[in-house]
Amino acid sequence: MIDPNMFQLVCFYAFAAVTVVAALGVITLRNSVHAVLSLVLTFFSTACIWLLAEAEFLAIALIVVYVGAVMVLFLFVVMMLDIKQEQVREGFIKYLPVGIIVALVMLGEMLGLIGVRAMHETVMGANPATLDGVPVSNTAWLGQALYTQFLLPFEIAALILTVGVVAAVVLTLRQRSGVRHQQASQQVRVNARDRVRVVKMAAEVPVAPQPAPGKETTP
Amino acid sequence: MITLSHFIVLGAVLFCIALASLFINRKNVIVLLMSIELMLLAVNINFVAFSRFNNDVAGQVFVFFILTVAAAETAIGLAILVLLFRNRSTINVAEIDSMKG
Repeated sequence: MIDPNMFQLVCFYAFAAVTVVAALGVITLRNSVHAVLSLVLTFFSTACIWLLAEAEFLAIALIVVYVGAVMVLFLFVVMMLDIKQEQVREGFIKYLPVGIIVALVMLGEMLGLIGVRAMHETVMGANPATLDGVPVSNTAWLGQALYTQFLLPFEIAALILTVGVVAAVVLTLRQRSGVRHQQASQQVRVNARDRVRVVKMAAEVPVAPQPAPGKETTP
Repeated sequence: MITLSHFIVLGAVLFCIALASLFINRKNVIVLLMSIELMLLAVNINFVAFSRFNNDVAGQVFVFFILTVAAAETAIGLAILVLLFRNRSTINVAEIDSMKG
């Protein structure tokens, strides 16, 4: 019989290992498409870790929003741009030592500052998702706060997304001159009467060929 | 038993990986954008962990907002990137120096 807490810990370590390895892949892989796919794996295993922390709504939102939308956008752009790998990779080896040193020093400082040992006492308690003392789902817990206490920020977030959509479209819109476009509005407004004119006229009567005068020859 | 420090250490490690990426991938704008995503993810892990261990819903609400803003930021960033590539035919940061900063 496996202890549930132990099993939880083993799962955490497995997901964390996948996350870190995939994140290392993001920054070291030579091919940009592979790097994007590696980032997808990072997000997915992070979503698993959030599931372990019982943040179910955010875990699914991370998969839907990031893996489903943002990363696909990244893939589109990476595949659309014709990037020469050698050109963008130069300087990788040159800056590798300083990157590693800065990252390790910063990691050491962060772990020292935040006091990992003190937090090691904080074990995970019961699921905090309760409304008026009644245990509810994580989504209900989050939604209750989002639509009451954080209603204005929620609306502003919607506005930011709209601005993002409009800005992305406006930035990439290209006005080219000398190109003949279809004008959909004009096409819709066209009347058949303006295009084809039906003319009523008398039927043509075939004229009998008359012999030319003075040109008669006798056989 | 998972403790708070597990999540915090994971967040710190992810953040430092993304930070190292800013140094070693200083030519490729796409990888720079991806390392910003990694940094935001590391911060989000911390938010979720503190929300869970301090019984406070505000942390998870903030993760929600960070996801929203990060999605908008990515869309605009990629649009700028496409525009840049169309005009300059390069995504090398070293060659994008017309502002002489």
